[in-house]
Amino acid sequence: MISQQFEYSAPATLQEALDLLANEGAKPLAGGMSLIPMMKLRLAAPEQLIDIGRLRELNYIRREGEQMHIGAGTTHWDVESSPIVRAHCPLLSETVSNIGDIQVRNRGTIGGSAAHADPSADYPAAFCALEAQFKLVKKGGERVVGASDFFVDMLTTALESGEIIAEVIVPVEQRGTGVSYQKCVQPASGFAIVGVAVRVSSEFVRIGVTGLGAKAYRATNAEEIYTSTHDAAKAAAVVADGADSNSDIHASASYRKHLARIYTQRALKEAASRMG
Amino acid sequence: MATTTITKTEKLVGKAMRRQEDPRLITGSATYVDDIQMPGMLHACILRSPHGAANIKSVDIAAALAHPGVAAVYVGKDTEKVGPVPCGASLPGLRVPHHYVLAIDRVYFIGHPVAVVVATDKYIARDAVDLIEVEYETLQAVTDPEKAIGPGAPPVHPEWPDNVAFNYHQEGGDVDTAFAQAEVVVKQRITSQRLIPSSMETRGVVADYNTGDKALTIWSSTQIPHLMRTLVAQMLGAPEHKVRVVTPEVGGGFGSKLNVYAEEALMGFVAMKLGQPVKWIESRRENCMCTIHGRGHVDYFEVAAKKDGTILGIKLKLIQDLGAYHQLLTPAIPTLSVLMMPGLYRCQNVRADIVGAFTNAVPTDAYRGAGRPEATHGIERMVDILAAELKMDPAEIRLKNFIHNDEFPYATGTGLSYDSGNYAAPLHKAMDLIDYHNLREEQRQARSQGRLMGIGLSTYGEICAFGPSPATPAGGWESATVKIEPSGMVTVMTGSSPHGQGEETTFAQITADELGVGIDDVIVLHGDTAIVQYGIGTFGSRGTAVGGTAVYFALQELKKKIKKYGAMLLESEEVSFSDGVCVDHKTGKSVTLAEIAGASHRAMKLPPGTQPGMVETYFWEPPNFAFPFGAHAVVTEVNRETGDIEIKRYVAVDDCGNIINPLIVAGQVHGGVVQGLGQALWEQAVYDDNGQLITGEFMDYAIPRASMIPWIETEHTVTPSPVNPLGVKGVGEAGTIGCSPAVVNSVVDALSTLGVRHIDMPMTPEKIWNLMEGARA
Repeated sequence: MISQQFEYSAPATLQEALDLLANEGAKPLAGGMSLIPMMKLRLAAPEQLIDIGRLRELNYIRREGEQMHIGAGTTHWDVESSPIVRAHCPLLSETVSNIGDIQVRNRGTIGGSAAHADPSADYPAAFCALEAQFKLVKKGGERVVGASDFFVDMLTTALESGEIIAEVIVPVEQRGTGVSYQKCVQPASGFAIVGVAVRVSSEFVRIGVTGLGAKAYRATNAEEIYTSTHDAAKAAAVVADGADSNSDIHASASYRKHLARIYTQRALKEAASRMG
Repeated sequence: MATTTITKTEKLVGKAMRRQEDPRLITGSATYVDDIQMPGMLHACILRSPHGAANIKSVDIAAALAHPGVAAVYVGKDTEKVGPVPCGASLPGLRVPHHYVLAIDRVYFIGHPVAVVVATDKYIARDAVDLIEVEYETLQAVTDPEKAIGPGAPPVHPEWPDNVAFNYHQEGGDVDTAFAQAEVVVKQRITSQRLIPSSMETRGVVADYNTGDKALTIWSSTQIPHLMRTLVAQMLGAPEHKVRVVTPEVGGGFGSKLNVYAEEALMGFVAMKLGQPVKWIESRRENCMCTIHGRGHVDYFEVAAKKDGTILGIKLKLIQDLGAYHQLLTPAIPTLSVLMMPGLYRCQNVRADIVGAFTNAVPTDAYRGAGRPEATHGIERMVDILAAELKMDPAEIRLKNFIHNDEFPYATGTGLSYDSGNYAAPLHKAMDLIDYHNLREEQRQARSQGRLMGIGLSTYGEICAFGPSPATPAGGWESATVKIEPSGMVTVMTGSSPHGQGEETTFAQITADELGVGIDDVIVLHGDTAIVQYGIGTFGSRGTAVGGTAVYFALQELKKKIKKYGAMLLESEEVSFSDGVCVDHKTGKSVTLAEIAGASHRAMKLPPGTQPGMVETYFWEPPNFAFPFGAHAVVTEVNRETGDIEIKRYVAVDDCGNIINPLIVAGQVHGGVVQGLGQALWEQAVYDDNGQLITGEFMDYAIPRASMIPWIETEHTVTPSPVNPLGVKGVGEAGTIGCSPAVVNSVVDALSTLGVRHIDMPMTPEKIWNLMEGARA
């Protein structure tokens, strides 16, 4: 389990990092929880690693008005243990506490997880339900992309070459909103066979689903049914409709779809019970 | 000479004591193979087959050899003269493929070693492996053992197109009459899936050759240093006395290191060729692919019985997935299943037929329980199936069929002699602990509410304390040397080679009691052929029962000598020795062990016919195996929506004879149960039809974690073994053997209202959900 040779740089500033990332063959390294294992298996072989995990500029959690701004380099544990996140975006707190184990959460970062776009990762379900926005930066440019456009396909995002996530922006949860993340755990990896993140209030419902298909998605059809019926079972019944379900030794496509329906129902019920 | 004595009266045997080995393990000051650093040490990396079956058309090593830092590259032709990886098992008509340390012209399983690169560091070695160009002609592979022996299967070894390595038949009693007289016959196909042993430390080898002495030292993470030395010396054509094998700390084995592997000889070969030390450390992926797997059974059971539940006869057709080669004990493992197939029941009429099937997969071999979990799983499932057929309570049918307490030693229909037993006792205790009768009432209520609650029992027996030498491939005795240094400090050298079983503690407890010294006055050495007399090793729950007994007998010899010196020093005819002092009861005078030890080394005067010094060695040959037993009881509930299984309670009552250290015994049971749960619920080595290992990493191979494990309630009954003076039986494998049938029985019980009769392992939620869906349809 030894990677190919690579160069390693640990720039002191974001600007310096973006300059280095403009090089062909450069790849950003944050917590390394996905990239390093892939390199050890020689499934990834970047020539140059730019360590952005040490940049303080990317490590922050703050509330600005009705939005939470979380630096891409913030570790899962920092999000999980943040009182601000717990108070203002409890769905993130709950979701992040389901990621891997404490060692992984101590190293892995919110931006790294989003950029890797593992189809079974936990975070993307919450990003979809939260309609999170990603501030992307590259040398000489900056743009903001919403979750639905950011996740493109399995392990594929809207990130361009040389571009990294600088910040994740999520809404401050209003009083009266209940949230829940329900996950069926793959027993070997700890990833989600399916994971469903739900926000529900008297005004709206948002359902984000991970694990089922090639990428996490917002189940708008299920949201519409729930909005009109407030019936969790009816809404959950359509959550997997049209999804091109993954299939592997841990769960067949049909069982995954079944689980998506069950876990959606559970998440809707739990979130509704927390509306307060 | 003291006239007053401080006597040590507190006995340590039977006391829960923390392990002597733990401080170094917990604080990171232990030395594993990968911790060994030597000047000029080279590093090896192995190129392995990416195919399940292929012909090797060519191997081009030029680019790898030219890579800066590469010292050598060897391919199959270079190592052709190294002796084959040994198979120690012999069966009539056994087909044994020549197992080269590196493939010559064909690869037989994914991970099959093809070439080895040796370089100045491990990174260069790994990079250079990618520079070797191999042209393969891929062939059709077969990984399912039933398909392999069926029509039209591709031959694993072209010379044996039927893929049958052996057929083995064993029979006892009169099976045909038993089945003819039966009032009921139940049949079931039962599988025990392939498992990856997954020791925490992977394998690793360091080899160093002294060109002046022509002496080879091999450090290896193995369970059997002495046997490995004998066999690797043979493979390399090296004189055995100039080969030294050292096992530093071994981070778990579970049977997977009860073997001699190609890499052990290969590193010896490299060190001898280059005259420089070389290290190879197995990666986790290699460990999944290339270290032996366990289990791999397809069993067809038939049980004949009377309507009152009396078991009359048992038939078993066993298809063993052998993999592509025989490792050390591969073909012998299923024969242990046959020996154990009647379980704890008074049934003499047994017939077993084994077909050993070659497949394009890594060999199977001993994994915690080795043949006995498969047998126990089978018979304990069959007894439940019979009980269901006869609408009998599973506890009642077991109690009805148990061998009676007054029948021991009991000669089984498979040729064993069960040493001692009280089989109803742990079952009753487990039922009391779990409140069996009220549970059945609770279950009736749960069912009326539509909940799927299950209660499962297993009553297991096992063959432990391997074993009498005639029944063991390489000798079944064990050795011990005990020496008392001039200061009175005690050194024990055991031929068994503990690697997590805690014998540095239990052997010290035995020694401390016999000599009347403190536990810290005893040190237990093992695992170095240059220090320790020849020994067999640790496996088959034999460490304490055979190795500990050898220590006990060495101590008895030593005590005779102590008394001779004591009598001489006290100028007495008759002295006694206990609690660390020799006493002349006529005069009241005494002399301490330290004084005696000092006098024996100073040797100013010797007792008549006695040598100086204070050392005794004992090689103990056990007259029989020992046969522990027990009962596990498990309460489960199945989630109707998802098929998830929740273990509500787990009770394990084991009878391993006398207990030296209850803390260690509890730890062994816990660990065993966890691995049993792994098999019952999560673990499976999955190959696809091309021979690719789908579960080649912990991302897909689900070993249990602490968070997945229920509270395990352990209790014991104590039925001493008459086979050894310690009265111990063995407990290392008990948890694994008792666990899986109890869990499966519980879940089948939960689903029995849906008409479910059997579930194969692992009982994944999807499998359960499909069963429930099938029942709904």
